[in-house]
Amino acid sequence: MSPQFIVDAAFIAAAFLFIYGLKRMSSPVTARSGIVVAGWGMLVAVLASFLYTFGVTEAAKPHLTVNAIVAATALAIGVSWAWWSGKKVAMTAMPQMVALYNGMGGGSAAAIAAMVLLQPAVEGGHSGDLLHYGVTVFGGLIGAISLSGSLIAWAKLDERIKGTWRYTGLQAVNGTVMLITLGIGGWIVFAAGGHAPPMIVVGFFMAALLFGVFMTMPIGGADMPVVISLYNAFTGLAVGMEGYVLQNPALMIAGMVVGSAGTLLTLLMAKAMNRSVSNVIFSNFGATGGEEQGEMKGAMKPIDAGDAGIQMRYAQKVIIAPGYGLAVAQAQHKLFEFVKLLQAADVDVKFAIHPVAGRMPGHMNVLLAEAGVPYDIIYDMEDINAEFKEADVAIVVGANDTVNPAARTNKSSPIYGMPILNVDMAKQVFVVKRGQGKGYSGVENELFFKDNTNMVYGDAQKVMVSMIQAVKSLDGGGH
Amino acid sequence: MEAHTVLTGFVALYIFMLAAFTGYEIIGRVPSILHTPLMSGSNFVHGIVVVGAIYATLNATTALEQAIGFFGVLLGAGNAAGGYVVTERMLEMFKPSDKKKG
Repeated sequence: MSPQFIVDAAFIAAAFLFIYGLKRMSSPVTARSGIVVAGWGMLVAVLASFLYTFGVTEAAKPHLTVNAIVAATALAIGVSWAWWSGKKVAMTAMPQMVALYNGMGGGSAAAIAAMVLLQPAVEGGHSGDLLHYGVTVFGGLIGAISLSGSLIAWAKLDERIKGTWRYTGLQAVNGTVMLITLGIGGWIVFAAGGHAPPMIVVGFFMAALLFGVFMTMPIGGADMPVVISLYNAFTGLAVGMEGYVLQNPALMIAGMVVGSAGTLLTLLMAKAMNRSVSNVIFSNFGATGGEEQGEMKGAMKPIDAGDAGIQMRYAQKVIIAPGYGLAVAQAQHKLFEFVKLLQAADVDVKFAIHPVAGRMPGHMNVLLAEAGVPYDIIYDMEDINAEFKEADVAIVVGANDTVNPAARTNKSSPIYGMPILNVDMAKQVFVVKRGQGKGYSGVENELFFKDNTNMVYGDAQKVMVSMIQAVKSLDGGGH
Repeated sequence: MEAHTVLTGFVALYIFMLAAFTGYEIIGRVPSILHTPLMSGSNFVHGIVVVGAIYATLNATTALEQAIGFFGVLLGAGNAAGGYVVTERMLEMFKPSDKKKG
């Protein structure tokens, strides 16, 4: 067996394991085994790739020892750093970590493109092959955008960059940077036939990185999940393209599977947030809203946490609508403890998850899973929205925009049209909230002023502790 | 290496087309509770790019290419390893109710 045969066999095995693993990830029952299967595929492919040392080009042979050391060192550092950072990251910070790892993949694809473009013309090479270099440059472009864009997304979600970056003429500046980038890329492919001077190649990637920064800076934090998902798809496409350039079908398949899956996921997310993808990228959220809202009718009525807890103890059906605020207060465990008390008292308790609860679709499910909440009492918005009118109590913990009825009724509201959880239809609504502030989108919430709504002010964790104590003292002394 | 078949543009298009449908079909059926782990899982899968970066680095001929190759492999390895660890951590937590469901 030649080394090339082993490499090829390892890659087809990897491609199979990736697809099979992703397939298993599509159900919560088998998901864990799915990632492990895909992990084996990755291990096999990476180990096999070092057999490439037996097939390097003549020109590279004198450099082989250094090259192998460079590759092995970089691999060891990259794996150790990522392993360590991935093990220690908090579940609440998961979206920005995914953004970061994703951006790294885009950067890797861009690096491949750069190395291909820097290679000198050789006899029988690809000189003047427009398809080969066109794909190289395009993959490098979206890879570089994904790298710098994801870094900005990471910094924003991690609150290292605060606020957004908007000024008049922003679109014009972004457009110019994009045109310059495309111009240099086009020149490399069409005029230089894929063999541009190193400075031009470096300039092209600098421009592409800059464009990623410019494109992401004006986008608000609320839209960031869509952006991260979009860059995930970008990286996938970039990897697929560079796979074609390197004649490596494993990269092509893995990249394209992720590219299309990521595109679909992006569209699903944007739809759940009532935003179109182009709207997210080319316009600004909340730039017009926020100021021109009508006066709120009624008043916010506070209630004691213990009283609210006891009322839920005697309810038949309670639906919980958690939001990111729950996780910020680290109250998931206490909330679940309270839920178990209610269940012991034969209350039917369900969780209702808005598609964008948390910082990313599905993020809240992860945060609840971390606290031990079983996934079969957690329901998606579409499945549970009809049940709110039968619920005795709906309790909102740390959510705001996703339960604002203004999205249904107030046409002037920036969140108008966004699907929401119908908590306001429950007989009684409790809102656990730190203070009287607005939500992530900066919009006032009509729910808080409704007749059937009572506000439980305080830190979510302390509120949960009070509720637990109230119910426990009741059940302890009452019988 | 000489006998290695070259992928023509059209064969590449077939691969891309079938892979794109595969990705679409897999994600289309995923319940939204798994969207975050799945995004992270698909993120892990494109970490395979590290293999391409290793290949390109082994074929480097100048110091500039070696430097770029170093970063390419470093970033790709981070993508693969980080994507795996966080996905595994998240999925490991998903558990159903204890038997007494009702």
